[in-house]
Amino acid sequence: MGTVPRDRSVLSPAAFLLRGLAVGLVAGLIAFVVAFAFGEPYVDDAIALEEAAAAQPHAEGAEHAEESSHADDGMVEISRENQKSWGLLTGTLAIGAALGGLASLAAAAVLGRLGSLSARGSTALVALIGFVAVTLVPFTKYPATPPAVGSGETIGGRTASYFGLLLVSVLTAIAVVVLANRLRKRYDGWTAAFIAAGGYVAVVTVTAMLLPTVNELGDFPADTLWYFRRSSLVTLAALWASIGVGLTLLVGRLHDRAAADLARRELAASL
Amino acid sequence: MSQSTVTPLAAPAVQVPVVPLLQLGTWVVFFGLLAMLAIFFVSADQGAISLPAGNAVHEWVHDARHLLGYPCH
Repeated sequence: MGTVPRDRSVLSPAAFLLRGLAVGLVAGLIAFVVAFAFGEPYVDDAIALEEAAAAQPHAEGAEHAEESSHADDGMVEISRENQKSWGLLTGTLAIGAALGGLASLAAAAVLGRLGSLSARGSTALVALIGFVAVTLVPFTKYPATPPAVGSGETIGGRTASYFGLLLVSVLTAIAVVVLANRLRKRYDGWTAAFIAAGGYVAVVTVTAMLLPTVNELGDFPADTLWYFRRSSLVTLAALWASIGVGLTLLVGRLHDRAAADLARRELAASL
Repeated sequence: MSQSTVTPLAAPAVQVPVVPLLQLGTWVVFFGLLAMLAIFFVSADQGAISLPAGNAVHEWVHDARHLLGYPCH
């Protein structure tokens, strides 16, 4: 009991969260730069295609054209310049801070609890699992779609499916980490990790197969679609990589300070 | 002498600082709700569900929603 209150000063949840938010904001800024440089050209291409389709009198989905918003009942029109700069930045910063903060709390939970993994090792693992569970797995079933792809009528179902898969993926990832940590005592660490990873893949595969498939591509050009999706994945990878590197650095240093503190107190207590 | 806070599953002989899970749980709930709110506004507001009526939030974060892979139209 004795050391708990004094531990709080260095290794508190707030200390992790503060670092997670800071790292997340920087990661959001990096993601913005990547998205702006690599993704925006294809968003513009997609919107140009959408407007060309809307200009045709019998075109389906003409009412979904992004720029044809009506100016009544709270409908506003935001210029493309604002959408692709300040609007995009708002989104990446918010998502960066949210994911960075959550990752830092997860890093706090596993620190010192995953066998012989160091503070840096367990933090990097959190970011890797976060990328796979939050981004990569939902992306494989419901990949990012450019403007002009996806109907307004199906947005409810698509949103539910996407977040359903995301939820199952994240909860399963947490569950298999706990499972691996138990199995570690019966088998060796690698065996435990492989069993857990296999279990995760099995659960998310079955879930993804049960969820409805979305195909609303129509005659959207395949090359633009692929370039857009690639740039989206690169943006998300940049976001998670930045969170991983930044958090590993800061949590590692925080842990070193806490460990030095603890060692000092051990020494003082032994005198 | 007593040095165990929340004992790790396999308590190693070396001292490893850990964060007490109960203390962490409060923060997870608090920040978890905040983060979900932030993610909701960027990813889904005024798409499937609209919190303030209209399309201002949707239009403002439009490009981020597409490029970060959330369902949109």
